[in-house]
Amino acid sequence: MSAPGERAPLDTGRAAAIRAATAAGATSAETTVKQALSRAREVKAGRDGLNIFVSLDGEYLKEHAATAAQQLTDTEPGLLLGVPVAIKDNIATLHHPTTCGSRILAGYVSPYAATVVSKLCDAGAVPFGKTNMDEFAMGSSTENSAYGPTRNPVAPDRVPGGSSGGSAAAVAAGIVSVALGSETGGSVRQPASFCGIVGVKPTYGRVSRFGLVAFASSLDHVGVFGAQVDDAARGLRAIAGHDPLDSTSTSIPVGEYHLAHARPVKGMVVGRPREYFPDSLDPAVRARCDAAFEHMRELGMQVRDVSLPHTALAIPVYYIVAPAEASSNLARFDGARYGLRVAGAGLTGMYEATRSQGFGAEVTRRIMLGTYVLSAGYYDAYYRKAQRVRTLIADDFSRVFQSGVDVLFTPTTPTPAFALGAISDPYEMYLSDIFTVTANLAGIPAMSQPIGRVGGLPIGGQLMAAHFEEMKMFSVAYALERALGAGASS
Amino acid sequence: MAVTIDDVRHIAALARLGLTDERAASLVNEMNSILGHMDVLSKADTSGVQEAIGVGAGGLPVRDDGGQPIPLARSLDAFAPALKDGFFIVPRLSTHETPGES
Amino acid sequence: MSPRADTSLESQWEMVVGLEVHVQLRTRSKAFCACSAEYGAHPNVNTCPVCLALPGALPVLNGRAVALATRAALALNCTVHPVSVFARKNYFYPDLPKGYQISQFDRPLATAGFVDIGHRAEGSPIRVGVTRVHMEEDAGKSVHDRYEGATAIDLNRAGVPLIEIVSEPDMRSADEAGAYLRVVKQILEYLEVSDVSMEEGSLRVDANVSARRRGETTLGTKTEVKNMNSFSGVERALAVEFARQVGVLSAGGVVRQQTMLWDGAAGEVRPSRTKEGSHDYRYFPEPDLPPLVLELEWIDQMRHDLPELPSARRARFVSEYALGAYDVDVLTASPRIAEYYESVARTHGDAKVAANWVMGEVLAQLRATGGDVATFRVRPRDLAQLLDLVRDGIVSHTAAKQVFATMVVTGEQPAQIAERDGLVKVDDDAQLAAWLDDVMSELPTETARWRSGEKKLQGVLIGAVMKKSNGRADPRKLGQLLAARLVS
Repeated sequence: MSAPGERAPLDTGRAAAIRAATAAGATSAETTVKQALSRAREVKAGRDGLNIFVSLDGEYLKEHAATAAQQLTDTEPGLLLGVPVAIKDNIATLHHPTTCGSRILAGYVSPYAATVVSKLCDAGAVPFGKTNMDEFAMGSSTENSAYGPTRNPVAPDRVPGGSSGGSAAAVAAGIVSVALGSETGGSVRQPASFCGIVGVKPTYGRVSRFGLVAFASSLDHVGVFGAQVDDAARGLRAIAGHDPLDSTSTSIPVGEYHLAHARPVKGMVVGRPREYFPDSLDPAVRARCDAAFEHMRELGMQVRDVSLPHTALAIPVYYIVAPAEASSNLARFDGARYGLRVAGAGLTGMYEATRSQGFGAEVTRRIMLGTYVLSAGYYDAYYRKAQRVRTLIADDFSRVFQSGVDVLFTPTTPTPAFALGAISDPYEMYLSDIFTVTANLAGIPAMSQPIGRVGGLPIGGQLMAAHFEEMKMFSVAYALERALGAGASS
Repeated sequence: MAVTIDDVRHIAALARLGLTDERAASLVNEMNSILGHMDVLSKADTSGVQEAIGVGAGGLPVRDDGGQPIPLARSLDAFAPALKDGFFIVPRLSTHETPGES
Repeated sequence: MSPRADTSLESQWEMVVGLEVHVQLRTRSKAFCACSAEYGAHPNVNTCPVCLALPGALPVLNGRAVALATRAALALNCTVHPVSVFARKNYFYPDLPKGYQISQFDRPLATAGFVDIGHRAEGSPIRVGVTRVHMEEDAGKSVHDRYEGATAIDLNRAGVPLIEIVSEPDMRSADEAGAYLRVVKQILEYLEVSDVSMEEGSLRVDANVSARRRGETTLGTKTEVKNMNSFSGVERALAVEFARQVGVLSAGGVVRQQTMLWDGAAGEVRPSRTKEGSHDYRYFPEPDLPPLVLELEWIDQMRHDLPELPSARRARFVSEYALGAYDVDVLTASPRIAEYYESVARTHGDAKVAANWVMGEVLAQLRATGGDVATFRVRPRDLAQLLDLVRDGIVSHTAAKQVFATMVVTGEQPAQIAERDGLVKVDDDAQLAAWLDDVMSELPTETARWRSGEKKLQGVLIGAVMKKSNGRADPRKLGQLLAARLVS
């Protein structure tokens, strides 16, 4: 396994290499898992170091990998054969606990597995430990975890971004080449940008949410991190598809995302939405984006200025809709059937003690906000209004894509990773999702990939496409990755 | 529409969140500060605009009646805080000090 | 306070009632997961990640529940909407595992229906508006009296599909409320959408009741009355609550909007201890379920496939079988009885005789044994054959009742029973004369009085022969023989 920053040959990433070697008998899942565990020790992934994992049972993984490898010898090698995949701690797994980075679920082991985890196993992957996250995915820095903050492997005094910071760090530290995260407002793309890796959020409905612990159901997505575009493409291909257990999942056929590198991009139109390039944008970030646009022009793509006029309303809409849904989704954590129970005066006392001690400050704040905006007298002014503006935001995208734009390209984040503890004002923290929340609100696919460094720290560029146009998005991502070459990480 | 301490208390009661006086007071400020940023929405013209529901989905799929329930790999006592004779046990609600069923 | 404490006061006041009826749909599995919806399993046996509300579980709607709900809505004359939206009703209760109930709120499945429930004293028809029919899931069961200081939660019922049928405040008395409930229950039975049993909890009723001075057109402040477990309980609770309100109002007081609980044993209503104003359900569209879209063709097909409903069947029984109103009401009370009757009537041919037998022997038997007509051993075809035997003079009416009694136990064919048990009618003169001779010698006094002209004693003698002959003697022939002996 290579060190962070060092890259395998383009188009075929590390996951593909592991798969090929495993299929050829040159390595085994068990060996790969041992290498990953050893890499985790080497980079100090533990609680005292980068604090990447909430739970990682090495002995179990070694045993499990051996069994998995045996089972897979006589079939067509799965897309992720022998590939360890780290799993965000809000995705239900049968062996490791699923705590969502929260005290309220400390030690809770799910009695069923998420559909995405079953699909990973079907593809020959080895689910590899549970990664740290902002509690219930509420945060943009992985500082809001009951199990302590995760540090950015690229610069340990910096945050890895969030909420899927542990998964991003696991990939960036070279422990795994693929990891699952989840997105509600940018929680895969933003940490991908901060950690210098690839992060993909598919179209809403493309990947089953069954087993993803809900934060805001209409915005939640399972997303994939990859060391490179190909790793992410394979990961997404493995977990995508219709699931009868998720009523919002779709039966539209899944594309062969890992084959998108062979698709020509010449003649494609890339939109440059002006709202994502405000005058206040850090000139260094703008410069990296301009360089990326230049590469795309050289690839024969046409760059077109476009406008998404309701972009500025996205953060207010998001911070009404997401907390509203969260306040309802998190009502089930009441100490009655599972998880933490703290005694109090009678039933109500038990509820209040359990929930106030089980939830951290940011989760409490969002439950309060969400309850407030749904409460009698405020629903129309906040929730209903926000859901209408959300339609306007989605319509902005539809209009642009219908006008012949194939993909949009923007910075993923306005800045590179900030220092741990640097942002204490909640709303300032919310603004780090400013370029990513729109895709969640509209349900369109989007991804972040490294486009260079700013002040020595990685920064990501974001591609967005129309609903179910992941193939277009990946074809451009592959081409851009190839064109940027070493420039992506320098 | 400024949030008051009474609002915070009411909302916390609805959400079953026990708050210290200090935390409640601080939430008044935090919520007002955050909600202040939401006021911009009231200026957006949404006349005739549908609310976003069922994002990206084409209608509600239904399943056949019956079939196999999703199995539990562990029994309830593996995760229940209190289980007796198969029942989940919780403290009795104060409005049900007299016996009965609901 | 007794319901009829002060009839003079109550005559100045009018009761206004609207009802909310929750009906459990007859599905094999729950509304949003494949767990069994069956009643009576051990606690929490019929549960899964979805109905336990485990982290990450998602609902998937039962298509059968949609079909049954639609059928009910159409039969209640509602407009079924091509698009309806599930919503979350948020509140904390330990038997509500998700902390919200999946229901429908501002875009329900169906609206604007009606039910005709009879006529008022002055002859005007009573039509009760059905405001809406929406789908929702049931909560689990909280048992408060099993363990000291604790509540025990059983989630077997959590997620079972329900419809809520909300009426307009169109009823003006407890009797009308009772009539509405019986009509609605009967319709739902005909539709086979529910077991509609208040005892088993598959039908539950909450009532909104207010009082106003007669002649007023605005509504008074209403209270919600809950916890009734029978239709007569609803009627009694309404009468008691109405009397309470009238007492308050006529003393110059104001009725407080609150929830009242009916205590059937004490015959009282008392305020629920739930804090008023503490309910703020924060409804919003359920993001885990896209809007329910029903094709217009499908709705039309469902309407077309509706079975004959009670009112239509009553009208048809009147015209087709020339039965009186009372007979029709009895025979159509349940769809199974109606089908049973109709099968007997059609096979036998004499609708009136069939009606008498079904209303008499069959219903008496079912009532006595608490049996169900579906499993009743006397099948309609066999009962019709028995009636044929009576009509054709092969068995007497008296013997037929004996044959019927045996059929109830053994389920055998009537002809076979009559033959084996010697119940076939005897019209052989020699045999009849021999029985008559025996009776006359056994009852010399009665015989003498009869000979001396006491006509009514003929019945005694014939009765004695019938008894001696085990009901086989032909009473008409016996009469002729007796008449002949008087002459001789």
